[in-house]
Amino acid sequence: METSIGRVARISTHMGLRDKLGGCRVRWGIRRMHYNVPAGLYAVGHPTPESPVLVTANYKLSFDLLRRELSGRDLWLLVLETFGINVWCAAGKGTFGTAELINRVQKVQLDKLVKHRTIILPQLGASGVAAHKVKKGTGFKVKYGPIRANDLPLFLSNGLKASEENRRIQFTLRDRLILTPVELVGAWKPSLIILLLIFVIGGLSGQDFSLQGALSRSLSPALIYLGALLMGSFVTPILLPWIPGRAFSLKGAQIGFLWALIVSLPLASTWSVGSIIALFLIAPAIAAYFAMNFTGCSTFTSLSGVQKEMRIAVPVIILCTVAGGVALMLDKFL
Amino acid sequence: MGFHYLKDVVTLELDSDKCTLCGMCTKVCVHGVFALDGSSIRILERNDCMECGACAMNCPAEAVTVRAGVGCAWAIFRDWFRRSGNSGEGDIQCNCS
Repeated sequence: METSIGRVARISTHMGLRDKLGGCRVRWGIRRMHYNVPAGLYAVGHPTPESPVLVTANYKLSFDLLRRELSGRDLWLLVLETFGINVWCAAGKGTFGTAELINRVQKVQLDKLVKHRTIILPQLGASGVAAHKVKKGTGFKVKYGPIRANDLPLFLSNGLKASEENRRIQFTLRDRLILTPVELVGAWKPSLIILLLIFVIGGLSGQDFSLQGALSRSLSPALIYLGALLMGSFVTPILLPWIPGRAFSLKGAQIGFLWALIVSLPLASTWSVGSIIALFLIAPAIAAYFAMNFTGCSTFTSLSGVQKEMRIAVPVIILCTVAGGVALMLDKFL
Repeated sequence: MGFHYLKDVVTLELDSDKCTLCGMCTKVCVHGVFALDGSSIRILERNDCMECGACAMNCPAEAVTVRAGVGCAWAIFRDWFRRSGNSGEGDIQCNCS
């Protein structure tokens, strides 16, 4: 559309099939770092110089979730260059930050486009943006909106006031579920190496090396490993609030222990003592490791907290894994 | 459902003498750590702080301080490996989107 500062692209508030498929794709970690929209100014509906200005990041998933909530409204959308990263993480890195915001407001000549002097930012952008410095640098007052885009319509029709509840971050079952695919995909590379290692050890531990022997001996260790991985990076995140303890690794270790218990019930009679000991040492360690990595996905862990957790958990995980390996070897040679 | 991480670890500090009661910290905090209590801002739920740094960033009086960073095991692993290569204190940063 034509404006006082030149042509501005108008965007749709409709999510097409391609947008939905794209969102699904990045949730599975496929080319997730290459999903962005060009930074700059956009129009939603038929905005006027009085219409509100919303600011967001240029990760297309964030951009889509926002525009989806804006149907039937007339407003301006200012997209910052965050290199395809969402608002909260970009704020943490400083790309969704004071300097970029001031720069972008000046670049698009926002002061010439709108008559008012208010810009609305997502609350999660606050860790990167100093509202008082933006005011000093551009003359625009920063108003922090609600955390979630789907609370925006209420915020906009409520005189730019967000309720207490809309200012608190949640971590619902749905939130946790939607974040687990990326964890699973992230675990693939190290897992392939570990599975290969299991296969090689399985092959070498027989009387003579045969493909069939290697396969049959490595099948159950491989399945136990994959199960423990699933316990740590899927089951633990899902059950997170109901598992006792505060440290993620401790929560994961308990689920890993349950996994070892489930596996051992049908196997206990046929397995050696060393194998059983190894199972109960290694399965919880693997699950604890993957559960610990979910801290980065969560909405409530602090840097100081995770550092403390890791200083204890990482040595314990390594120790248990090594001890399990020793138990297996003693079993073999004694 | 409330989520609570480890107790007594966070680095959040509030200097009440510098505070001008503007209330920005109560607006930006995603865990409701700050509250206006009569005529002063207080840290109510210290252990709920996730050290995102939004409060300190938006405090015009610089009354709030916190060592801001990401509570992410991957980022800390990366930091450990980087530090073993060359010494020096850097920001702990994640590399995901």
